[in-house]
Amino acid sequence: MNAEPLDYNSPMLRSDRPASALSVLIQAWLLAVVLALPALAPRAAAQMRIEVSGVGATQYPIAVAGFVTSGRLPVDVADVIRADLTRSGAFRLIDPLATLGDSGAPNFIDLRAKGADAVVGGSIARLADGRYDVRFRLSDVVRQSSLGGESFVAAEGDLRFAAHRIADWIYEKLTGQPGIFSTRIAFVSKNGPRYRLNIADWDGENIQTPLASPEPIISPSWSPDGSRLAYVSFESKKPVVYVHTLATGQRQAVANFKGSNSAPAWSPDGRSLAVALTRDGLSQIYLISASGGGQPRRLTQSSGIDTEPAFAPDGKTMYFTSDRGGSPQIYRLNIDSGDVARVTFGSTYNVSPRVSPDGRQLAFISRRDGRFVVAMKEINGGAEQVMSDGGREESPSFAPNGRWIMYATQVGGRDSLMAISTDGRVKQRLTSSSGDIREPTWGPLAK
Amino acid sequence: MNLKQLIVASGITLLLAGCGSSVKLDETSAPIDNRSGTAAAGGAAGAGAGGATAGTGSARQVTPVTIDPNAALNDPSSPLSKRSIYFDFDSFVIKDEYRGTVEAHAKFLTTNKTRKVVVQGNTDDRGSREYNLALGQKRAEAVRRSLAALGVTEQQVEAVSFGEEKPRATGSDEASWAENRRADLVYQ
Repeated sequence: MNAEPLDYNSPMLRSDRPASALSVLIQAWLLAVVLALPALAPRAAAQMRIEVSGVGATQYPIAVAGFVTSGRLPVDVADVIRADLTRSGAFRLIDPLATLGDSGAPNFIDLRAKGADAVVGGSIARLADGRYDVRFRLSDVVRQSSLGGESFVAAEGDLRFAAHRIADWIYEKLTGQPGIFSTRIAFVSKNGPRYRLNIADWDGENIQTPLASPEPIISPSWSPDGSRLAYVSFESKKPVVYVHTLATGQRQAVANFKGSNSAPAWSPDGRSLAVALTRDGLSQIYLISASGGGQPRRLTQSSGIDTEPAFAPDGKTMYFTSDRGGSPQIYRLNIDSGDVARVTFGSTYNVSPRVSPDGRQLAFISRRDGRFVVAMKEINGGAEQVMSDGGREESPSFAPNGRWIMYATQVGGRDSLMAISTDGRVKQRLTSSSGDIREPTWGPLAK
Repeated sequence: MNLKQLIVASGITLLLAGCGSSVKLDETSAPIDNRSGTAAAGGAAGAGAGGATAGTGSARQVTPVTIDPNAALNDPSSPLSKRSIYFDFDSFVIKDEYRGTVEAHAKFLTTNKTRKVVVQGNTDDRGSREYNLALGQKRAEAVRRSLAALGVTEQQVEAVSFGEEKPRATGSDEASWAENRRADLVYQ
């Protein structure tokens, strides 16, 4: 279990709950339905919370009935599904008023009268070995027909993950896009002189801390398969790039050359890392093996700064920040030919490029009127579009389905995380009572 | 003063002490001298100085001297005690007021070839952490190049960056930002 539980809730609902009790509160905007999850376990004082604002352009009305269960469960699976679907901004929750199993026929007429287009029901039964048999079914209320369902066995500790997987399944069935509810995020927290590299579920639950250090940690980056994190640690009084295998805790310094080593970015095949090294003077971008060893291969050649590499999904194109033209701008490199072209123009400070999973959009940080904001642009032409309004934004990161950008900002003098839907309509803010949180990076889709 | 001179001075003092008479020393009346390395070295430099010390009746006195390789660095009156170089906003040019500091450290490093120094570049906290890391490196690199131009070998200097990660001043005002636009010389 975690040391720093997260607490997500909405601005209107957060108020006088005792700080030690964790609950998840969600505001369903139109119906103002409040769904509270019970506390899971004894909690430490530190908390995180999320605030959601805005709604999607179109909201699919869905009823998620309480699951039929045998006895009390440690996780209310239906509530986790509701929370996921609500926070996506793409759904409007309809109160189902009753539990609904996975096999019984829903009361389509009542649900239709309430305005639901779809309904989810399910059951969770404890097996002899202590695990649970989880079943669910999604039905089309308008056509009064089943849209399918699944059944699987989950250990007790995996019930929350199971709920996220069900939400992913529903989301994909109804929107055609992969859901990101079972993905994880990594971020860095700073509390006094302690730095922690943290991993949490997308909903902020299950915080784990693969690394704690008295020295700064920056630039975490997920391997494409989600099993490793690359990051920069200052534990040896200089920036060194490590690759950290999460399951074993094994760490390897993969770039520890003279000077500074930073800005790791995984190649799409997970075999290489692009990094910024200063072994030959100022920061330049090199390719190294993700398993360490071998000589770095220099990818950029400039007399200024080249840093913040980011691979496009094709693995052959790389975006990076360079001040070769006098001000920091984003450039595109064809790795095979070495051709470089400038990509950003709308400001004298454009940095931190990230490529969307489909390779069509670029997100970056732009300074506009002295404020640092998240901007986006279509890679093949298109205007630069400002997405955020905080003014202290850093470190954008795409969700693996491309529908969200998470980034770091400051709220009330404290480092916080924010996620904004790429259509600009829905925002989520994640703050921690335990100190500053920063450097978010969204993990890959769960396998 | 150097280590060799110190050893010679100590050796002479010990030698004289060993050859000295068995007269019991009145410790309270012994002259209090040679407390500092400078005085001991001075004694060695003048051929007769050691004998003069013995002649004062303090032949059996031993004043311990510890070599402090950082004595010169830590002497507040020495230019070497200044180890921070400040930069203007968005600038990597070493200003004239810090030329003396850089030259003093270059001289120290060229005369003490075994000493190593890390130049740590820093920036204020506005903008991208990674880009700031590269900017801090640019400041550290400017200092490293100046030292190299003054004869300091590549093996003696490493330029690294902390970017915005280790601010000396934590405020969000011009004074704090200026304090953090800095390169520090840190001897190993």
